[in-house]
Amino acid sequence: MIRCQGVTKSYGEHATIGPIDLEIPTGGVTALVGPNGAGKSTLLTMIGRLLPLDAGTIEVCGHDVRATPSRKLAHVLSILRQENHISTRLTVRQLVGFGRFPHSQGRLTARDQQAVSDAIDFLDLAALEGRYLDELSGGQRQRAYVAMVLAQETEVLLLDEPLNNLDMQHSVAMMKQLDAAARELGRTVVIVLHDINFAARYADRICAMKDGRVVEYGPSAEIMRADVLTRVFDTDVQVIDGPDGPLAVYY
Amino acid sequence: MAGAADGREMFAITRVPRTIALVLAGAAMSMSGLVMQLITQNRFVEPTTTGTTEWAGLGLIAVMVLFPGASLMARMGAAIGAAFLGTLVFFAFLRQVRLRSSLIVPIIGMMLGAVVSSVSTFIALQFDALQILGVWFAGSFTSILKGQYEILWIVALVVVAVFIAADRFTVAGLGEEVATTVGVDYQKVVLLGTGLIAIATGVVTVVVGALPFLGLIVPNIVSLVRGDDLRSNLPWVCLLGIAIVTACDLLGRLIIMPFEVPVSLILGIVGAVVFVGLLLRQRARG
Repeated sequence: MIRCQGVTKSYGEHATIGPIDLEIPTGGVTALVGPNGAGKSTLLTMIGRLLPLDAGTIEVCGHDVRATPSRKLAHVLSILRQENHISTRLTVRQLVGFGRFPHSQGRLTARDQQAVSDAIDFLDLAALEGRYLDELSGGQRQRAYVAMVLAQETEVLLLDEPLNNLDMQHSVAMMKQLDAAARELGRTVVIVLHDINFAARYADRICAMKDGRVVEYGPSAEIMRADVLTRVFDTDVQVIDGPDGPLAVYY
Repeated sequence: MAGAADGREMFAITRVPRTIALVLAGAAMSMSGLVMQLITQNRFVEPTTTGTTEWAGLGLIAVMVLFPGASLMARMGAAIGAAFLGTLVFFAFLRQVRLRSSLIVPIIGMMLGAVVSSVSTFIALQFDALQILGVWFAGSFTSILKGQYEILWIVALVVVAVFIAADRFTVAGLGEEVATTVGVDYQKVVLLGTGLIAIATGVVTVVVGALPFLGLIVPNIVSLVRGDDLRSNLPWVCLLGIAIVTACDLLGRLIIMPFEVPVSLILGIVGAVVFVGLLLRQRARG
């Protein structure tokens, strides 16, 4: 469970995030949505202790992210940022192996190797595990990064727009895999999504942000309403019934 | 030498120390380059393209001018200290400008190195110590004799330390955010790496002199063949570094026999050629 209380962060004079109060229960997929500059990524980065907060507290599984040593938090949460420029020449398997660092400090045990293999299989990377990252396509590389944070075997998984660089086929596959991680492996997945329809289809809860604040938060069905989405995105949004639930139409 | 009466003695006084010095300096400088490349996430940095060597030289000349009778240990301490501070300044600058993958990084490093080296030259000119400076900047194994090189063994400790912390350096090479995610204190790793690089560069600069481009070409060649997993690469980086320095040293001794050309001269030419080759290869790959 993730609990944010009175979280604020300011950049310069104009942009301010918060105060944010938010409670994300254990298990399931929670999507952070909202217009550009709403503060979704900033909030996620703060939960993942990559960015310090100005005020307030964030607790992840009972650990205050400001006070808990980073090494200990690495057993509880893992975070994948949107931009990853890894110039190091590693194979997929070596990269995923570094997700085990909190457990083994680099010397992989048989248990670690198993976790690495599981994560690789889970993201369908077995055929690519010996390839170097710079020989992969953007989508394959993205999956390798997700496999790395999955191999960390933390209760909470934070992902910042993991569908970037992915085509339609791989976006759907990635969401199904994350959904399975939440359901089969019991992880709590928090994910920043650009496409509201992906959130509607795969997230249990949607948290809509705007101008640095949480404006709507609840089960996906409650957020997928024309009036709510129109307000959040400042665009006329219609919601129609699709074959797999509500679809937002705004084109 | 084998036939001469004092052959055995000559061998022990000059040849054995020279070989040991080649091995230690070659391994240490190649490894410093690799650690630096991981910390900065830039393929083109190494102690001579980031100003580290020049800072070590500045520390050296400063202590020799200020305290003419300074012991070898004091001179080395000054070289290490200056190399450490200078490299930290460079890294701090890199963090500000965020130009990690670009070629601008080594260009700025070399410019910084040129400025630092000008300051050293100025000081040397003021105090009539230019000759000393020249000897130190042209890396050469000519003057390695028994009783003068033993201090180089310090870098063997650096090699061991890098081996122990190898995985941490590889994780740092994945970037600050990935490192933090898996619970590695990035800042500490950078400080540790900078410290080890400074010690290796400082000691090698004082005893041997500058060995340009060695830390650049060796890790890049190894990376092409074996990737970047530091722990499994370290033996290869050490061996290739030793092989290249030894080959360049031999070449330097044969080219104008019976005289010697400093090894740094040969390395500079070989290194520049390989450097350009790497650039072209990177461009071809996009």
